[in-house]
This record gives sequence, structure tokens and C-alpha cells, in this order.
Amino acid sequence: MPRQTLLAKVWDAHEVVPETPDTPAVLYIDLHLIHEVTTPQAFDALRERGLPVRRPERTLATMDHSTPTEPAATLEELDQVALPAAAGQVRAMIGNCREFGLELRGLGSPERGIVHVVGPELGATWPGHTVVCGDSHTSTHGAFGALAFGIGTTEVGHVLATQCLLQRRPGTMAVNVGGRLGPGVTAKDLVLAIIREIGVGGGTGRVLQYRGDTIRALTMEQRMTVCNMSIEAGARAGMIAPDDTAYEWLNGRPMAPQGADWDAALERWRALEDTGGAAFDREVDIDAGSLRPMVTYGTNPGMSARIDEPVPPSGNPAADKALAYMGVEPGKLLLGRGVDIVFLGSCTNSRISDLRAAAGLMRGRRVADNVRMLVVPGSQQVKREAEAEGLDEVFTAAGAEWRESGCSMCLGMNGDTVPPGSLCVSTSNRNFEGRQGPGARTVLASPLTAAASAIRGAVADPRELMDP
Amino acid sequence: MEKIARIASRTMVLDIDNIDTDQIIPARFLTTTGRDGLGEAAFHDWRYDADGRPNPDFILNREENKGRTVLVAGSNFGCGSSREHAPWALLDSGLRAVISTRIADIFRSNSLKNGFVPVVIDARPHRWLMENPGAEVVIDLESTCVELPQGPPAPFEIERFARYCLMNGVDQLGYLLRQEERISAWEQRRA
Repeated sequence: MPRQTLLAKVWDAHEVVPETPDTPAVLYIDLHLIHEVTTPQAFDALRERGLPVRRPERTLATMDHSTPTEPAATLEELDQVALPAAAGQVRAMIGNCREFGLELRGLGSPERGIVHVVGPELGATWPGHTVVCGDSHTSTHGAFGALAFGIGTTEVGHVLATQCLLQRRPGTMAVNVGGRLGPGVTAKDLVLAIIREIGVGGGTGRVLQYRGDTIRALTMEQRMTVCNMSIEAGARAGMIAPDDTAYEWLNGRPMAPQGADWDAALERWRALEDTGGAAFDREVDIDAGSLRPMVTYGTNPGMSARIDEPVPPSGNPAADKALAYMGVEPGKLLLGRGVDIVFLGSCTNSRISDLRAAAGLMRGRRVADNVRMLVVPGSQQVKREAEAEGLDEVFTAAGAEWRESGCSMCLGMNGDTVPPGSLCVSTSNRNFEGRQGPGARTVLASPLTAAASAIRGAVADPRELMDP
Repeated sequence: MEKIARIASRTMVLDIDNIDTDQIIPARFLTTTGRDGLGEAAFHDWRYDADGRPNPDFILNREENKGRTVLVAGSNFGCGSSREHAPWALLDSGLRAVISTRIADIFRSNSLKNGFVPVVIDARPHRWLMENPGAEVVIDLESTCVELPQGPPAPFEIERFARYCLMNGVDQLGYLLRQEERISAWEQRRA
């Protein structure tokens, strides 16, 4: 009998009621992450029926999308720096958490930050967990061997009320990655290459399981970057089987199991390790050794090219529209194209290792005169850690802005936006039309490529600035 | 919830693949804490220019599309963000269903919870619909087919429980709440 996929192992362990042809499974959710944007209407639904939150201890609440990245530790300060509608949403979240008895890592909390940075950093995401959030980048948590996926607000209400979801078991796709990433080639470049290979809809209905020696060699933060963008291939989730790298990362974190519980958990987690032999609905192979730094040139994350590769010919009206929006020409390199803004942040690339990588390149250098660079750490904890290492000083000495944590310019809900027509090299995850502001043009890239582009004032190859 | 059995309408067509939820409703409209009145935000940045003037060529602004409730769109409709504001905005703009060759998972799930009907059909009838805007169609949940003005009806797949809920106006939370005993028993077994 073939061995089980990681998805099957986690799924089977959470089926409260198995699925039938007529009814989906009732799937138990171990960890529910909530934030201010996709929950107000869900709390309304609970109020309308007079329902409590069934498992407050399995609900982790923070605020990230609508929060300003200028300091605002109190509501008074919030009103001075935030957009009125955004401030209203923050107030609603505070009120809802108070009313339903949920601990909120809110304004002024040292544990506030982007929900997908905060969960792992607190040790709340465990191997074998089911994790959901009203946010598509919940796939991030799959890096730990959790089944983690984004849901809508109605389903947020379902989980708040019952700690369960009605779900059909998704299909599977193995993404086998072998070979060594070259200098200047990062986990971000790898996942952009994977999305280009699969296509932005190629993962629809499936859970990706990333495997192979390249994946095993990645750090946890690199694995989170890869799993984070699974949704950009249309996948339901992305997962990586746990191993010692995951256990070491979790050990000692405040919400990770402690003492005897740790030993018991470790025994359970080891049963999730990838021993090969599982059958997937589809498999793709990626050669990591042949990759180069990647940049997107179009308006979805699948429209990417190696940095030394010209923009490919378009071939269809949708691609024509994308290239016109971006102001790029087929057959030309994106390398050297003038840059207006550089954004270092988002749930994809705002962890300490991302900031270290960028700072390493920027130490002793200056952001080009015509460029605005915004550095937004993923959480207040990442911010403190970076400041303890002096990374903030590297960025500010170079002329970049050092901000409070949050989603910020990834989607511009809090007012951090890219002006119309401006080109932004961004370490975020979506280059959709208008994503960073109406008319904004986004080039997705790694923290290294972003830093190099800030220095050069143009889309740049980080390898040219790296020590040999 | 309203019961839905058939949706009959002429179509409007957006011949673009990979229409993401940031196009369906841009992020700056998500600071609302309600779910009503989002229709004006639907496709906002395609529908209005930078100064807020309606783009006369955009489908939602065209006179002949007034009152039409079925959108035909390119592959991978609704990709990207999990925002349920996307189906809320489409419904509030008067649309009731989308026909495509592929619909993104989270958008499809959100749509089904709100009575917005996501319909995936084969490439061939879809191509015909793309080339014939304004075609009179009937989306029939009973037969799970799209009736077309010519040729055989185009079958579509829809998850059986979601279909049952749409056709009977069933709220899925009510169903889940009735599983309470099994959920509690499961939690105790596991602990």
C-alpha cells in the first residue's frame, strides 16, 4: 500500500465527520488566526444568533492590514496617523475581541504584527495542525507541516462558532525541488520560478507538497516564503513535511509545547516526516541549480523572468494589457528600468533573515536619490530584533524609512501606497493591477534584488553588488 | 437565504483571464465593517477613470447590459485574495452568477455561501459565449446545465451539498451547529 501524503495524514487526523457524496467533511481547526479586515461581519453573524466564540484559546487575534506604520500605540495616536475608515476597523476589532473574550495582540502590544509572521514566531503553528485565517496567505503556515489555508468571512464565522469547517478533501501535487540555489538566488526566486512553471491557476483544487533536497536545506523562514506564495499558483495550500529544522525552530517558543508535552508532540510530529513513496495526483520537478534572481514584469505573479532574460513576447490580449499597464516592452530587459519606490516587507519577506539579507547589501551604501524605500518589519518582535542588531541604522543611514510592523504597502489599505504610474520593486506577493495603489506598477522580487534596486535606482541584479 | 433554482439572463462578457479579487474590489474598499453597498466598488478601477468618471466602454456601464445578471469571464476568475467582499460587491452590483472555465477555490467557496453561483463549463461552449455577448442563457441548478441559445446544454459540476444549500436556501452554519455533539465527542476523544 502506498504511503500517505502529508495532506492525507493531517486531514485524516482532523475529520470529525467523514465526507460522503452528499456532504462535505466536518474538519476540526486547531488554530484560527484573525485580523481586523475579514472578521467584523463574522462577529455580526455570531451576535445575530447569540453565539459565543467556541474556543477562544484556539483563536489568535492581531491587527495588521489597516494599521498605520507610523507609531500609534493608543487610539488617540491612531486617530492622528490613520485613515478614518481604517481607524474605524481597528476600533471594531478591539470592541469585538473585548465582547467575545479574545486576547488581542493589538495597538501597543509587543506581540502585534502580520498575522502570518506572529503565529509562527509565537510558536502557535505546529506540525500536523489545521490552521485557517480569513486571508489567502495563510498557506505560509504549511512550512511547519500544517494544513493551512485561507477562508472567507462566512467561514471565519463558522470557525468562531464551531471550531470546524465544511470541506471537501483537495487533490495533491508534489513539487520536487533538487539542486543548490546559487549565490544571490533566494527562496523568493525559487517560488516565483515554481509559480511560473505551474501557472497562476495550475494549483487550483490542490494542495502543493514541496519536497526534495533543496527544500530540506531551506531554513524555516525560507520555507515560509515558499509556502506563502502557494496561493499565487492557485493552490489551496502548500505544505512541507516537518523535520529537525522545524522542531529546532519551534523549541522554546512561548506557545510551543513545553516539557513532557514537547516530547509527546515530537513523537507525533515525527510520524509526519516524509519517508517517500506517497502517490500524488500530479508531480512537477524543478531544478534549483539553474535558477537566477527572478523579477515579475506583468500583472500576475506567474509573469516573471530571470533578471538576465528579456520580457517574453506577449501572444494574447490579456498579456498585451498587462504589458501596457506595466509600461514594458517584449524583448527588452527589465534590468536597468528606473525605479521610484522599493518596498521591503509583507508576509512573504519581512522576517529577520529578510531584513538581514537586505541590510547586508545596503551597509555603507545609499538609496539612490530618486528612490523612496520603505522598510516594514513583519512584527514588532522582528522590529525589536532588527534594532538590537542595528539593522534599523543601516537602513536609515542609507536613506530608507524604518517603520512599525504591518501589511503596509503590500496592499495599501493603511494609506502606504504607490502613486499612479510609479514603479515599485516590492518583496510582497502580488503584482496585480492597482494592488499597491490605483495605477501602481509592481515588480515582485527578493529582498536582495529589492535592496540592490534601491541602491542602483533601477531594477538591479543583486549579484553585481555582492561580495565574491 | 433566498432559494435559487434557475438564473435566466442575457450575458455580459469580460474576455480576460486571471481576473483577481483586487480587480473585483480593490483593497481600499475593504475598510468597511459591513457587507452592504459594495456594488459601486465592483470592478471600480476598470469601471471609473482616475477622476471617478465612468468608463463608457466597461461592461457594467454599458446601456445594453443594464439588468443583466450573468457574467462570462476568462479562466481562473477570482484568483488572489480571500476577501468575501468580492462576491458581496458583485451581488450588490446586480450580478448573480459567473461562467468561466476555471474559478479560484476561495472565491468559489465564498460565492456559494452568498448565493452567487460560480459555473465552470468546458472550453468550447465557453468560447462560444465569449464570442456572443448578450446571449440568452439559463443556469439550471436542477439539471446542472447551462442552457444556450444554440447547441446542447453545457453541463457544469457543483459540489452537491453547496447545490442543495443554494436550492433550499440553507445556511451552512445552521448545519454545522447541529454537529455540536459530534464535535464535542471528537474533542474529548482527542484530549
